[in-house]
Amino acid sequence: METIGFIFICIGILFNLFGCIGLIRLPDVYNRLQSATKCVTLGTCSILVGVIFYYGFNGAGFKAIIAIPLLFFAATVAAHALVKGAYIFGVKLGNKSVKDDYEDVPKS
Amino acid sequence: MKYVALFILSLIFWLLLTYNLTIPNIIVGSIASLITSLIFGKYFLKDVVPFLQPQRYFWLMVYLFIFTWECIKANFDVAYRVLHPAMPIKPGIVRVKLGLKTNIAKTILANSITMTPGTISVDIIGDEIYVHWIYVYSENPEEYSHKISGRFEKYIKKIFE
Repeated sequence: METIGFIFICIGILFNLFGCIGLIRLPDVYNRLQSATKCVTLGTCSILVGVIFYYGFNGAGFKAIIAIPLLFFAATVAAHALVKGAYIFGVKLGNKSVKDDYEDVPKS
Repeated sequence: MKYVALFILSLIFWLLLTYNLTIPNIIVGSIASLITSLIFGKYFLKDVVPFLQPQRYFWLMVYLFIFTWECIKANFDVAYRVLHPAMPIKPGIVRVKLGLKTNIAKTILANSITMTPGTISVDIIGDEIYVHWIYVYSENPEEYSHKISGRFEKYIKKIFE
């Protein structure tokens, strides 16, 4: 059981690393948030699954199980708020962008 | 009725979080859940009948499996784009039509879209959702709305409507 837990924790740290590399390499706010939400959320969820395997179903394991959905909702809602806020603030999409349907919509 | 449902949910949450089945802990948890349900009960769901329909839980399980698989695929996709030396991205914001009615279903769909391959939901206006996409595959609206939301929409309709 402990070995499986360590494998999950290693995968999680690897994905967190990918997310951070993406945060530096990608060109604009919107693409950076893509890597920040997806890679970092799955990486952290994977670490929590590793914790469940490592500790088994006792106090720490149940806290990890509760933390997964909370993290999921918090990350997605935060990403949505950041993207919308950045757009309303006036941050332009990067030069590589090909399409923008949101441009001429009345924002609330 | 919805106050009772919220009370039971928060008491279960408390017991899982503390993981301690002694009498004092249960009393403290009951008081905390009572205060919570009295304050926030009126913002909870409109009615509790959907909570008691077992087929919704079955579809929730199916949906969780599909969602986890899509989520893992999404991560490999983003990791590939990040690590590739030439960075094959073609970002843009597209408009997708939704077939869902209730607010909770729309919220869950928007959250699912944020977690799947290269898409972040930017805004919902009426029954249209604006999605930032890291690689715009095609210009045809029908094709990309199937690619973005079609996989989840039918399950979410069965669970939350």
